[in-house]
Amino acid sequence: MSDVPEVPPEVAAPVVTPVRVVIAVCLLAPFVAMLWVGSYAKTDPTFIGIPFFYWYQMLWVLISTALTMTAYKLWQRDQRARPGGNR
Amino acid sequence: MNDGVNGVALAVFIFFFLAVTVLGFLAARWRRADNEASLDEWGLGGRSFGTWVTWFLLGGDLYTAYTFVAVPAAVYAAGAAGFFAVPYTILVYPLIFTFLPRLWSVSHKHGYVTTSDFVRGRFGSKSLSLAVAVTGILATMPYIALQLVGIQAVLDVMGVGGSASSNWFVKDLPLLIAFGVLAAYTYSSGLRAPALIAFVKDGLIYLVIAVAIIYIPIKLGGFDDIFSAAGAKFKAAGAGGLVPAPAGQWTYATLALGSALALFMYPHSITATLSSKSRNVIRRNTTILPLYSLMLGLLALLGFMAIAAGVKVTNAQLAIPQLFENMFPDWFAGVAFAAIGIGALVPAAIMSIAAANLFTRNIYKDFIKPDATPAQETKVSKIVSLLVKVGALAFVLTMDKTVAINFQLLGGIWILQTFPSLVGGLFTRWFHRWALLAGWAVGMVYGTLAAYGVASPTQDHFGGSSKEIPGIGEIGYIGLTAFVLNVAVTVVLTFALKAFKAPEGVDETSPADYTADAGDPGVKEELPVIAGH
Repeated sequence: MSDVPEVPPEVAAPVVTPVRVVIAVCLLAPFVAMLWVGSYAKTDPTFIGIPFFYWYQMLWVLISTALTMTAYKLWQRDQRARPGGNR
Repeated sequence: MNDGVNGVALAVFIFFFLAVTVLGFLAARWRRADNEASLDEWGLGGRSFGTWVTWFLLGGDLYTAYTFVAVPAAVYAAGAAGFFAVPYTILVYPLIFTFLPRLWSVSHKHGYVTTSDFVRGRFGSKSLSLAVAVTGILATMPYIALQLVGIQAVLDVMGVGGSASSNWFVKDLPLLIAFGVLAAYTYSSGLRAPALIAFVKDGLIYLVIAVAIIYIPIKLGGFDDIFSAAGAKFKAAGAGGLVPAPAGQWTYATLALGSALALFMYPHSITATLSSKSRNVIRRNTTILPLYSLMLGLLALLGFMAIAAGVKVTNAQLAIPQLFENMFPDWFAGVAFAAIGIGALVPAAIMSIAAANLFTRNIYKDFIKPDATPAQETKVSKIVSLLVKVGALAFVLTMDKTVAINFQLLGGIWILQTFPSLVGGLFTRWFHRWALLAGWAVGMVYGTLAAYGVASPTQDHFGGSSKEIPGIGEIGYIGLTAFVLNVAVTVVLTFALKAFKAPEGVDETSPADYTADAGDPGVKEELPVIAGH
């Protein structure tokens, strides 16, 4: 990416694209899931004896990692596709 | 618990401690560059760290010994409410994914070492930069002190020092030795020392957690038994519980969000970030750092195990070290204690470097000696890093532990108030510098007063970090309420100041600076030339 020449961002493609919307959703989803505490404040179903409250949040560590990774890959592709370089 | 010294555990502990001490001094030679006497070298490791070193450094930096002791301790004492650390660390990464690369780029383009450097450059305001710097130093000092509290907890359980001896000097000698050594290699090796030691620290921590999370439940009869024992304890005590009560859910969510917003305002997080060699190292790191969150979640469960194992301690901070001592064979308990002890040294080193950089760049250079050379800057930074540590040590030795914990709580509230200047500044120049300063001041004052007014069963003031949110009526994190107030004041005043055409200050950055990457024209090639040795 580093050898892409610098071009003022004004000449770049439209700012809001479907790919960027997906990126935004990937990054926002963990906030909705984690801040809505009422959705997971319960003990059942348990997993190997661990109450839902705990294993669900730990599962979200993995989900949010996958989402951030997706956002990263999409962002890289998005940047390679446009002449403006890295943003 | 002070029933004599645990010899085997102590021997293992000392072995690891000596090993990292040697590493710390050797680190000065690791990737040494020609321009040794510059702050980029001593304070940012030459800005040369790749993905893996950055990962270990950030992990070693953010997940401190205090975290390892305090998070399970909170779960041990209160149950579900203590688990907020997990959603907190989940939210951090999508958040920094969006703004840290921009900070990295603009800092490389203009040679910024601290967040205050950026704020001064962006808003042309020395007073705003000073406010950010002072907040950073104030928030970091008690954090360093808490690392010492972490070491003390381990030493205490091993039967060394702590309250066991009556003589104050004998009592504190082990802590003094640990910190003397830490200070010496930080002074000589700078950021390279904690970067190298972080490998050992994280290796040990992962090993201990992996063993603990399998071995202890087997010994205690499985998670079913562990959680029913914990549930019974909370029911009997009439406080805490396995899930947060409806009234506690706002607190849980606001604590998670507020803490996530605050984490990368801390100077030590930024120091570790700026030491990476490219933008992509940071983005890639946001995808692998959550491994630590998983570890933190497992670690938090140890709090329940301590309940099920019948660990009874008056000071909850000792619950986990005591659990290790009770459950593990002596030699492995020693490994676990070493992990916590070294886990304190890494962040303490980085924090003292970060605070020293802030002082040097934004107080010494901006206000005392504007024409300081890079060599002078480095010298001042080295000395200040020593002073900061001595200050933290004095703090811990002379005052009650709760004072350090209170200040750390305040520090979190305070540091969050620098968010609008830093993150706001990274995306827009719309905010007015005076409005940002006023917003910061309002947030600081409200946060401090609100925290002062919180009483707990054991304390009249600073009893906790949550309070009723004015206008909503739910109990929420004070830091976040102060932050909302801060933003509101900033926005309103910005409109007002713009209407009166108040001077905006000079912005030395340009839009392209925020997206520059290593190798772009104008970005200093800071990858040091390796000296021929």
